[in-house]
Amino acid sequence: MTLAEYRRRGGVEAPRGEEQGAEAAHAERHPGPLEYAQIGLILALITGVEVAIYYLGLAHTLLVIALLVLSATKFSMVVLWFMHLKFDNRLFSTMFILGFILALSVFTVALATVGGKLV
Amino acid sequence: MAQAVGTAHLETSTGLDNRKLLMWLFLGSECLFFGSLIAAYLLYRDRSVAGPYPSDLFDIPFTSVSAFVLLMSSVSMVLALAAIQRGNVRGMQIWLFTTATLGLLFLSGQAFEFTEFNHEGLSLSTNLFGTTFFVLTGFHGAHVTIGVLILLSLFTVSLQGRIQQKDSLNVELAGLYWHFVDIVWIVIFTLVYLIQP
Repeated sequence: MTLAEYRRRGGVEAPRGEEQGAEAAHAERHPGPLEYAQIGLILALITGVEVAIYYLGLAHTLLVIALLVLSATKFSMVVLWFMHLKFDNRLFSTMFILGFILALSVFTVALATVGGKLV
Repeated sequence: MAQAVGTAHLETSTGLDNRKLLMWLFLGSECLFFGSLIAAYLLYRDRSVAGPYPSDLFDIPFTSVSAFVLLMSSVSMVLALAAIQRGNVRGMQIWLFTTATLGLLFLSGQAFEFTEFNHEGLSLSTNLFGTTFFVLTGFHGAHVTIGVLILLSLFTVSLQGRIQQKDSLNVELAGLYWHFVDIVWIVIFTLVYLIQP
């Protein structure tokens, strides 16, 4: 199986032999320390913006939307870069995303049925 | 700068390391656990019949510093992993110790916050806000505590020379857990502290 086929199938089939082992190793490419530091800086800046927005006195709905977007950005950056889901096998992403979607469903259903609110 | 990470061809049905697969499965289930606690908090936080209420207690500047500390611990954790993947054991030890220290700093902040809230009259049984708040943040704190213990164990083992480049998966698994604890706090910081009723 070629590397392209392996990737298309989400890496579900075990790579066998030295050549395929090298391919799998090549497929998993993580960023270096400099890129991690840059991402850390961006995350720190976003946190600063979140706190600044909190004190800006925006309308509540606008505040909630802005904070949710910023929080989702931070969440995604940590998961994609620091936890390497951007670079690792798709099966890992599937495991996590299924749990996350299930959690989001529970969250939404609970708030919708019992009457909790964000805004 | 990208870095190739060596993973030997694994003779498993998925071709992936089962420990890493299990860790991701565990983290997926943890999403549901914390999702339920956060939903419960949002449902009950403004249904207390007696105070104190969130707006009476929350100290946003203090919590922002705590959130920043935990976020930076994620950076040091990923730098520890990058170091060991390059065979830099000393670098990994420094970054692991930094991460554990930042984790302890976060926990100290949480202990201080809980004590302050308690002095203000909020306990686990005061009202619905107190119950859901302490259960949610308490469970998160327990996760951070476990993470710190894992990091300190890894640090101790590495001082004995038992973690080399080939063992980088051990650091990666600890890192996955630690980053998860961080992303949970990202959500809690926004939904619990910044977005108030």
